[in-house]
Amino acid sequence: MSIDRQGGAKQLAGIVLFVLLVASIPLATDSGVILNFVMMALYAALLAQAWNILGGFGGQFSFGHALFFGTGAYLQAIAQLHGGLNAWLALLLAVAGSAGVGVLVGALSFRYGLKGSYFALVTLAFAEVFRILALSVPFTGAGVGLMLPLRESFANMQFGSRKGYVYLVLALVTAALLVTWWLKHSRFGAYLQAVRDNEDAARAIGVSPFGVKLGAIALSGGFMGAGGAFYVQVFQYIDPGIAYGPGTSIEALVAAIVGGMGTVWGPVLGALVLHGLSDLTRNLFGQLPGINMVIYGVVLVLIVMFLPRGIAGLGATAQSLWYRLWQRRGGRCG
Amino acid sequence: MADSLLAIQGLSKSFGGLKAVQNVSLSVPEGSLTALIGPNGAGKTTLFALMSGFLKPDSGTVQFAGHDITGRAPHLNARDGMTRTFQIVQPFATQTVRDNIAVGAHLHLKDRRSALHQAEEVAARVGLSAQLDKPASDLTVAGRKRLELARALATKPRLLLLDEVLAGLNPQEIAEMIPVVRGIAQSGVTVLMIEHVMQAVMNLAQQVWVLAQGQLIAQGTPAEVTADEKVVEAYLGHGTAARLRAAALAGVEA
Repeated sequence: MSIDRQGGAKQLAGIVLFVLLVASIPLATDSGVILNFVMMALYAALLAQAWNILGGFGGQFSFGHALFFGTGAYLQAIAQLHGGLNAWLALLLAVAGSAGVGVLVGALSFRYGLKGSYFALVTLAFAEVFRILALSVPFTGAGVGLMLPLRESFANMQFGSRKGYVYLVLALVTAALLVTWWLKHSRFGAYLQAVRDNEDAARAIGVSPFGVKLGAIALSGGFMGAGGAFYVQVFQYIDPGIAYGPGTSIEALVAAIVGGMGTVWGPVLGALVLHGLSDLTRNLFGQLPGINMVIYGVVLVLIVMFLPRGIAGLGATAQSLWYRLWQRRGGRCG
Repeated sequence: MADSLLAIQGLSKSFGGLKAVQNVSLSVPEGSLTALIGPNGAGKTTLFALMSGFLKPDSGTVQFAGHDITGRAPHLNARDGMTRTFQIVQPFATQTVRDNIAVGAHLHLKDRRSALHQAEEVAARVGLSAQLDKPASDLTVAGRKRLELARALATKPRLLLLDEVLAGLNPQEIAEMIPVVRGIAQSGVTVLMIEHVMQAVMNLAQQVWVLAQGQLIAQGTPAEVTADEKVVEAYLGHGTAARLRAAALAGVEA
């Protein structure tokens, strides 16, 4: 209907506006602090949006998204170091490979109907298994990790300034935003959200939960793998702890939950707010190491308590609060 | 029967020691509006789950439109034209009524806009037009029952299995819903409904099957089965029919 077309077009226009706005930042400033912040916030948004595709839209809460992140990171490094592949082709391989790992893990766990906490535990376990494997096999550099030699050039996806990386990660975030937009306005997305809300009801009207979830985990894994590949290009180093440790998994899911699951903008907002907060607290309380994590935790608790729909749901939460207040006042008058 | 859309043969299902459905056979003629009744715990919903593929039978077969579909996954059955609703309504609670119905419409329409457009048409058929943009969780019980029906209807089913769409409704809501169900049947959809509201069964069903303790104990027109002694006893207890008859006789003599 026209309503959907309008709503869809408006959201699309929002995405374009966002991209133009962020793309203009590197043109306006040379400040390393600002560019670094923008890059890291976008990187966090990419991971959060990747998690959001499966967790937010699909309702499958993964605790082990580092599995896809690490796979993407290692593929990006190994393809260049051992395979002699161009960095851009390596990125494609990293995305495809981590999507493939997603399909594999998804096929195993969804085939046996794992849901909720069981699915979360299985993904966590898979990430740990991969971490231990990465520690023991030779081609990942084991505990030493892999170092990407510094060869600055566009062809090598290594940029002289942060600006190049900002544009690279902005491109990846844009792709992720477009995919979530598509989830909001397509049959696949409707099916995915139906499965999230009620699997049996979805089955009764012709939706195959297995196929839909498999598609979602592949998409989600692919974007997470792109995040891993980006990490390797920026820091030129990867080891098993960084790749498959639980830190990345948690970073991705917290930003998505805080921002608003199952929304287009939630993960971006969540990443921005949390990243801004942690930078701010680190600068303010630099002498007290760890205090930023405490504040981080407090904010998290507050958001979970008072904004059940996340930051993106702030408008809706405020609206329903206002409506309730208005009703109560109306009741008293009448 | 050649013209039966759904035919089940010797269907049985046990849960541990409980024989929920025992050796049930019935066939639903194409284009009919029929009902499955029986006391609580008779195995009606289990039978629906066996037909639609949510449960696999221990023995027996299910045939739909001439093909054996025993134990086939529900989403495949839905694609072939058999859709069920749930006794305990199962809305996609976070989504609007329009989005809920559109999921059903997507079965035959890939395009999002066409699906949303069809959702509006289906909503009009079940009287949900005014609620299209409400979240499903804001609907009343009657509204949710309508939504359950609309979502199933949007898949354009050949056979609709309705599990107590009238349960929990007040008399006025029931009176409003009965024409909706009749309208669906008149549009050419074969309807098999589980129903406790006898007013509706008497009003709507051409044929009735009675299930008690997992077994089929009677079948016929609504008038025939309500006069059946076994049916009366299944609902009101052993010996009731005889006592009722005696009471009626005593009344006549007095």
